[in-house]
Parts: sequence; C-alpha cells; structure tokens
Amino acid sequence: MNTFDTVVMALISLKRNPTRTMLTMLGIIIGIGAVITMMEIGAGSSTAIRTTIERMGAGSGIIYPGVRRVAGIRSGTNSWASLLPADAEAILRECPNVSLISPIVRSSTAQAIFGSENWIPNQMYGVSPSFFAIRDWQLEEGRFFGEREVDINARVCVVGATIVKELFGGISPLDCELRINNTTFRVVGVLKSKGANMMGVDEDDVILMPWTTMRMRITGLRSGSATSTTSTLSTRPGERYPVSGVAFYPEQDSSMREDKLVIPKFTYIDHIAFAAISPEKIDEATAEITALLRERHELVAAQDDDFRIRSASDFMKMMDKTSTLMNNLLLGVALLSLVVGGVGIMNIMLVSVTERTREIGLRMAVGARSRDILKQFLIEAVVICLLGGFIGIAVGHGTAELIEHQLHWPIESSPEAVVAAFLVSAGIGMIFGFYPAWKASKLDPIEALRYE
Amino acid sequence: MALIELHNIIKNYPLGDEFIQVLKGVSMSIERGEYVALMGASGSGKSTLMNILGCLDRPSAGDYLFDGSELGRASGDFRAEVRNRKIGFVFQSFNLLSRTTALENVIMPLAYTAGNMSHSERRKRGMAALEAVGIADRAGHHPSQLSGGQQQRVAIARALINRPPVIFADEPTGNLDSHTSVEVMNMFKQLNDEGITVILVTHSQAIAKYAKRTICMSDGQIVSGLFEGGIAQ
Repeated sequence: MNTFDTVVMALISLKRNPTRTMLTMLGIIIGIGAVITMMEIGAGSSTAIRTTIERMGAGSGIIYPGVRRVAGIRSGTNSWASLLPADAEAILRECPNVSLISPIVRSSTAQAIFGSENWIPNQMYGVSPSFFAIRDWQLEEGRFFGEREVDINARVCVVGATIVKELFGGISPLDCELRINNTTFRVVGVLKSKGANMMGVDEDDVILMPWTTMRMRITGLRSGSATSTTSTLSTRPGERYPVSGVAFYPEQDSSMREDKLVIPKFTYIDHIAFAAISPEKIDEATAEITALLRERHELVAAQDDDFRIRSASDFMKMMDKTSTLMNNLLLGVALLSLVVGGVGIMNIMLVSVTERTREIGLRMAVGARSRDILKQFLIEAVVICLLGGFIGIAVGHGTAELIEHQLHWPIESSPEAVVAAFLVSAGIGMIFGFYPAWKASKLDPIEALRYE
Repeated sequence: MALIELHNIIKNYPLGDEFIQVLKGVSMSIERGEYVALMGASGSGKSTLMNILGCLDRPSAGDYLFDGSELGRASGDFRAEVRNRKIGFVFQSFNLLSRTTALENVIMPLAYTAGNMSHSERRKRGMAALEAVGIADRAGHHPSQLSGGQQQRVAIARALINRPPVIFADEPTGNLDSHTSVEVMNMFKQLNDEGITVILVTHSQAIAKYAKRTICMSDGQIVSGLFEGGIAQ
C-alpha cells in the first residue's frame, strides 16, 4: 500500500469523527504551542541581550586594577591602583589583537553645575577619543574631543542625553560651559541616546572628558604610591564625600616594602578600556594583555595578577547562560505537556483499533500484510500529530505575538523552532502511535473478523 | 495438478493444559474449476478447514499445497499476497466498510496489490466488477443504503476484483432471504461456469445442492465426498 493512499485514508478516517479528532489534537496543539512560544521568547531575549552587549561594544573589554596582596592582606578589587597610562600605550603597541585602547579615570561623585541647575552624573569618565569607538557611542550633534585636547588637558566635555535633559532643560548645550568642581568645561558634543542597559543603568547619564583633564583638574592624583599618605583624605568645603586620592587600605610600611622596591608612580589611571580587532578575537586579546601586563608589572609566576580583565564576551556568556537556563526550564515544562498530549494520542488510537477490529480483520483477509496495518495506524497517529503540530505552531506564534504586543517582551520567530516542532510532533505520533498500531497489526484475522 | 491439495492436515487448539484436535488428519484435493460445498454440523471443523484453505489460519501439522506451493508454513507476507491475488472471500455478514461507498469497498483490496495501479485504473476495474455483479448503478451508495442482496453482490465484486482462481464463500446466504439467496447462488454458478473455482461452506442442504460436489465433515474428518470429482459428475 503506498504512503499517499494511506495518508488519504488516515485523513478520511479522522474526518469521520471530527470532535474526537479535535480533542485528541488539543493536547498536541497546546504542547507544540507552548514550545513555540517559549522558543520565540527565548530567541527574542537572547537577541535582546546580544544587542545590548553590541551597544556596549561587542569586542571590547575593561582592565581593572586588581587585588593585591599586601603583607598577607588581600585587598578587594579597585583597592589598589596599578594601571598606568604607559600600560595602555604598551598594550596598543604590543598586542596585535587589540585595535583600540583608552585609559579611563572615573569620578562618579563630582557635581556638574550649569546656571542654577546642578546634577551628579551617574558616570563621569575621563577617557581618550578611542573610547567613543570602543563603546560604539554615536554623536547627536557637535564633535568628540581629539587626541590634541587630551595632550593639553583641554577643558572640554561630551555629554549624554540625560545630562542635556537634567542640566540644560532639554536645550542644546553645544558650546555652553558647565562647571565641575569649580572648573569650567565647554560642551563640544552631545551623544546619541542609548537608553538603559540590561542592568537598568541609564547609559545616557554620562559626561566624558579627556582623561588627562579629569586626572589633573577633577580627581587629583590617585594615590597608590609610596608618596601618598592618609592625609590626602581631605575634604574640601562643601564636599560631602572625598573625591581625591584615597588609600582605602593601610599603606605599606618600610618593613613590608623590603619585599619589593616600590617605585613611586604618579599618574595612575582607574581602568583601561580596549577593543579587540574583532569580537571573535576578544579571548586572544585578553590573553595577550594579561601576558604583557604581568611582564610590565614585574609579577613573578607565584604572584596573582594585579589587574583583572572583563570582556563583553564574559558578560555576554554570563547573561546568555542565565537566559538559556530559564528558557530550558520553561521548554522542559512545555515538552512535558507534549508528552501528556502524546498519551492522549495513544489512548485514542487504542480505542480506534478496538473499534475497527473487524475492519482490520477484513483488510487482512483481502491481502493486507501486518506491516500495511501497522503503517495505516502509525500514519494515522502521525497525521493527527502533524495536524495538531501545524495548528500548534500557529497558536504558539500567535501567543508569542500577543505577548510581544501586550507585555512588550522581545520575541523572535525562529525557523529552527518550527522545524523542531514539526519533527517533534511527527516523533510523538510515531512513539505514541506505535503501540496501538503494533497491536492492530498483531490481530488474528479470524478473531478480528468475528469481533462484534 | 490439483489447485488445492491437503495432506493429513491437523489442527489443534489449546484448551487449558490440553489440546483439542479440531481437524484430525484431513487429506483431499480440489481441481481447478470445481464447485465444492463443504458441509457439516457446527463443531465439525468445516469453518476451521475453511480458514486453513483461505490462508487465514495455519495448520498445526500437515501440508497444504495451493497452486503448487506450500502455504501452511509460508511467511505471513507470502500468505497475504496469496489472499490478495489468488483468493476471494465472501462472508456471511458481508463485512463491508460502512461510511465507504460500494465502489471504494470493491477496490479496497487493490490498495494491497503490489505494483502500483493508478487511481482511475482502479476505479475502472471496480466499476467493471460491479457491472459483472449487476449493481454498477449503486457504485456511489454506502452499504447502509443497500439491501442485503446488494451488499452481498458488492462483497462478491470485491472478492473478484483481483480475478482470483478461487472464491471462498462462508455461509454466503446466511443473512439473506430465500429469494435473494437464489440470486446470489446463481451468481456463484455463473462464476463457476466462467472457470472460477468456488468453495462454499454451508450447513444448508438446499444451498449445497448448487455445488457440483459436496464434502461432508464430521468430528474433524471428511466422511463423504472425498473422491467424487465434480468435473467427472
């Protein structure tokens, strides 16, 4: 018996009992629908994560000063300034997989003042012009500052959309002068809005200026060298928090220093941002930077790194892992409902085989082989599952669209999910249809013909 | 060579720990073109013999030669093919598929015939078979819309669809009134005249008279009719 005939026969026999067929399919429809919805939401959220990371700069990373062990005390991250501008220059020069580099000097507590308004930006960074490319910042208007302005500690800055709104009342601040720590800065550019990142931090709440300017005019020289003392913990009038030169942990005394000669270093920088030549090369770039910095910081094999590198890819992996875990969990529940649907199929097929015992006997008497009967019932189960699968795909896609429309969750229709749903529903039909079909094919024709 | 040859066929059915012997060594032969009635009281083993002859059941022991090939121990697929191409069945209760038209019932066995036949060809052959039994005008009717006699004709058309050399009829008139019984029996007579071997199972003397040879069974053995050649008659 050829397959086409069998499929037609299956459709006819399913049409005979439309209510039962619909109810049987319902289990598969719900199962496949749930799977499709979950997969589309999952695909949507991982795309959203990827977009966010790309907005942060997909092939970029940041080098943080790391933990340093001082007399057995391991201070936390950022407790020790260990990065120098010269490190940044060396990385760009000597690491072939690094294409861009920018020192970062932070100040998150400096107050910006314009006219009668004041605002403490969430992020105030001193950077070099490469930073704009590393972070993929675009300009709304004006320009970025250049290398020359870094060299001369120029008092210029580029501001984000939130600053424009909060400090300038939404009016273009181009060429306006704002004050930070009693220093005036000319606004030369306004950044295009990026919105909040996936951690909920407003990325537009930012003021960027040349890092030399930041270091020399706002934060002062960050300590970390032997020359600084706790006396740098000075508060200027009107300042609630000390902003300059803080050693968070006890200084080394001379006896500690006997371990290693600490050469006074002055212009420490807080972080170094870098970009790899391509997002795929980020791991190679990270390895090269690690090797170079260990050498430059004269670390021996037994010593820990005195810096830490976090690349966007690490972050992406972490976020991806979280969302994948969630998605797999939900997918598992959805698959469970498919199994329940499959049991429904098996139940109905068993009923159908019993009901049609005489038909089976007759078909055997006129020449149907066991495998013809097996095929007939198996195909019937597969057809019912595939029909359910098709409807389920439509229902699932519809549900996902509805969720996107109502809850504004990102979704993404995936052809793979459709193919998978198709295969899974055919598979469910095969697995749960097999036992009833096998039972039918093993009937004794004499008994079956006599069956009432 | 005889169309059907049985050599010492034995059939046992298990009953608890023991076996009941339903056929106790049946040997006989049926030539091509014979018209045989298989008679006997219920429990005589005639239905069992019929099932073995019709390849629906296997003998416990003995040889069954059909058209020169041994079928008793043949593979299931081979036996299915024999049932499909060389044997036609007519049942007491017609065994038509309800909710399926007469024509579709008739061409149903063709679906299991090896070698693909186009759909239109199948329908053409089905119509020819319905015409042969005289109810081509009822091709589109469902069994429930047909009288008993018409249903049995559809069943006969179905049995003839693959032009088998032999037709088995198990009490073909059991569910019919006397008038339609005569019609149906005349049809078998006509088929036999065309050269088809007809083997009839019945317990009615009146029906058995239509046959050229009557084989009587009792208690699992043939008691008469073994050597009366229908053709010689």
